[in-house]
Amino acid sequence: MHENKFAAIFKQNAIWLVFILEIIIFAVASEGTFTTQRNIINISRQVSYYGIASIGMTFVILIAGIDLSIGSIITLVNVVCAWLMVRAGVNMWIAVILSLVMATLIGVLNGFMVATIGIPALIATFASQTVFEGIAYLISGGMPIAGFSPSFGMFGRWSVGLVPVCAIIMIVCFAVGSFILNKSYFGRYFYAIGGNEEASELSGIRVNKMKYLIYALSGFFAGLAGIVLLSRSMSAQSTIGKGFEFDVITCVVLGGVSVNGGIGRMSGVVAGVLIIGSLTNGMILMDVSEYTQMVVKGVVLAVAVGIDCMSKKRNAN
Amino acid sequence: MSEDYVLELEHIRKEYPGVIALKDVTLQLRRGEILGLIGENGAGKSTLIKCCSGAVIPTSGKIKINGKEFTRMTPQLAAENGIAIIYQEFNNVGELSAAENMFLGRPIRKGIVIDRKAMEEEAAKAFEQLRIKINPKELVKNLSVGYQQMVEIAKAIQQNAQVLIMDEPSAPLTTNEVESMFKVVELLKSKGVSIIYISHRLEEIFRLSDRVEVIRDGEYVDTLITDKDPATIPDQVNDLIKLMVGREMTQKYPPRKPCIRDEVVLELAHVYGNGDQDISFKVHAGEVLGLGGLVGAGRTEIAQVIFGARPKESGKIIFMGKEINPKSPREAINLGIALLPEDRKRHGALLTNSIKNNISMPIYERISKASVINSKIERSTAEQYREDIQIKCPSIYQLVKNLSGGNQQKVILSKWLAAQSKLIIFDEPTRGIDVGAKFEIYKLINDLVEQGCAILMISSEMEELIGMSDRIIVLAENKMMGELQKDEFNSDTIMTYASGIVPANKREAV
Repeated sequence: MHENKFAAIFKQNAIWLVFILEIIIFAVASEGTFTTQRNIINISRQVSYYGIASIGMTFVILIAGIDLSIGSIITLVNVVCAWLMVRAGVNMWIAVILSLVMATLIGVLNGFMVATIGIPALIATFASQTVFEGIAYLISGGMPIAGFSPSFGMFGRWSVGLVPVCAIIMIVCFAVGSFILNKSYFGRYFYAIGGNEEASELSGIRVNKMKYLIYALSGFFAGLAGIVLLSRSMSAQSTIGKGFEFDVITCVVLGGVSVNGGIGRMSGVVAGVLIIGSLTNGMILMDVSEYTQMVVKGVVLAVAVGIDCMSKKRNAN
Repeated sequence: MSEDYVLELEHIRKEYPGVIALKDVTLQLRRGEILGLIGENGAGKSTLIKCCSGAVIPTSGKIKINGKEFTRMTPQLAAENGIAIIYQEFNNVGELSAAENMFLGRPIRKGIVIDRKAMEEEAAKAFEQLRIKINPKELVKNLSVGYQQMVEIAKAIQQNAQVLIMDEPSAPLTTNEVESMFKVVELLKSKGVSIIYISHRLEEIFRLSDRVEVIRDGEYVDTLITDKDPATIPDQVNDLIKLMVGREMTQKYPPRKPCIRDEVVLELAHVYGNGDQDISFKVHAGEVLGLGGLVGAGRTEIAQVIFGARPKESGKIIFMGKEINPKSPREAINLGIALLPEDRKRHGALLTNSIKNNISMPIYERISKASVINSKIERSTAEQYREDIQIKCPSIYQLVKNLSGGNQQKVILSKWLAAQSKLIIFDEPTRGIDVGAKFEIYKLINDLVEQGCAILMISSEMEELIGMSDRIIVLAENKMMGELQKDEFNSDTIMTYASGIVPANKREAV
């Protein structure tokens, strides 16, 4: 019995060992550049976008859904927020809030398609991915929008001491996500729905309402990631969010959230985000080409899902 | 003298993390015999047969087939050695024909082309051997459940199975289908096939088996030779039940104090919806109203309407004196209505969630402040019901999927008790639950009505319906056929109503 407990704890935290191993490999291979203070701060900035967006995605995958639209939401938030500030002359804070409301509403629209209409999440969010990417292009005309007040750089460029503001935002978001998942009844509902939608409904959970909430949260967190990204680049690009959903899904699944729903922990997702973030950073440091990076990340995703599915098979025996 | 055994399982043990499914089970199957295998739910029958099929790998023990020793099986090895299993859920593909199903994964080919004609001929031969009439070209989804099962048996025979293991084969079948299945089983025996027959229904065991093995809590208990003399059967049944549950079962239905009150908890007046037509009845506080009828008569359907899972079209539902119109289970639950569905695993329990979470599911919003759960109440609620209704589990953090059927049912019931339900609808309360746990569920139902709950109990088990109900109404073809008071209970009348005929003495003058 004790041995089993030990094995279970080991299994739950094995992902952190992977992370440590990865750090060691990159530290050695880069001859120390990887572990310089500058690079670590750099990594913490880079992971923050993925981290923030991964919280909503965690909820979505927990109920066995998927949200492919977050990359487009990020692009649209970049373009719209920049447009509001530069072209419409709106106050920075109001622009941020409006952008976040818009991102959340896109999530609500996804929820409507998935819950009320009944379109499979993969298709519904794929459709909105295409639509909102298109809209972003229509607004910007494909041209970058830049020239906002330097104080907008606070979300992505400023630091408190050595710690970047965006990393602090990410940590707060993870704390909120973890709180929702573990301490609030919403978390219980999410796990229940992921396990069995029909039985959840018959246990009194308003499943459709929860789906709206979850896709809205996914939209919100994607929007927040978009704001941080824009603040980092200080220029809205119409391609900024392309493929972002892929990295976020990889982080979440690598973090142990089962694509079949119902299983997963926030701490695992933190590890998943750190692994993918430092993997990307490490590969850039080592001058690995972008296309090779794609190959590596694709393999990581397949392996992560493969491990999940294999352990499911083994449990069935 | 050494016996001629086709299959021997020696000291099979299977451990899962934290649970021992099989402690030590030994089983010997003689050539050409029918061996009954019985035990309560959770005794380890399913795990044991999965060891034979290779779906489960035993932790220790030996499997001998025709004297050849194996430490484990694989599905291939099992097939090569002539072991076939008919599971409760069939492995058929509905969209394929009977013949295609029989040759699924190993089609007869002519070159690279599938030789449909040869497969159909072979299938027809196998069906003929079993003396059953199935058109090999018919799609399996168009066959009755009984015939679907026959396709599986024919497939096993076509593959030269020497050992056929049948897990609760009669459970999904109608009475007539059971009869034809028995004939096929007896025919197979006469052809020298050895059969392990698992069933909860002891009368079937006596009808078919030569010997019967009892297992309990993952351990071998005893093997008895079945005596088919009808006079001795009642005694044998008692012995077997004693062996299965490990104690004497003197009564099937626990006594209930008279507790029916005048207060009407639920009243339906001419309700139409979900296929049902013109349903009217009343349930009082402290009363068990039985809902009888054949499968598909519209009983579950009316329960779903009352529970808000399906919309009502017209008519009135009056609950605790007020007209209600629940649009969702949530609304019904908030009013105090609960439903324990027939299919526990799909609709009732949240299998991948803990006992604790299952029990608190309907009350989370009530025990939370600003969405934050009061985890103390959450835990104590679960602990209280675990103790009160004796859910057998190592802890409230155990996942519900690891519990036996009876304990899963208790978890579902706890959830509704926690939600303070006033009307509890049981849809087949003891389906797939063994004798011992059944008795406990009945006792719980008694406790509930004695405390003033109203209970609507849908049951297809005639004995249970008569044994537990205070009144019975019978449905047929989505309509109400009649109502029986306690002194009128008798299975013939109920069956007549259920088949859609109003008995002559009940017919009202028009």
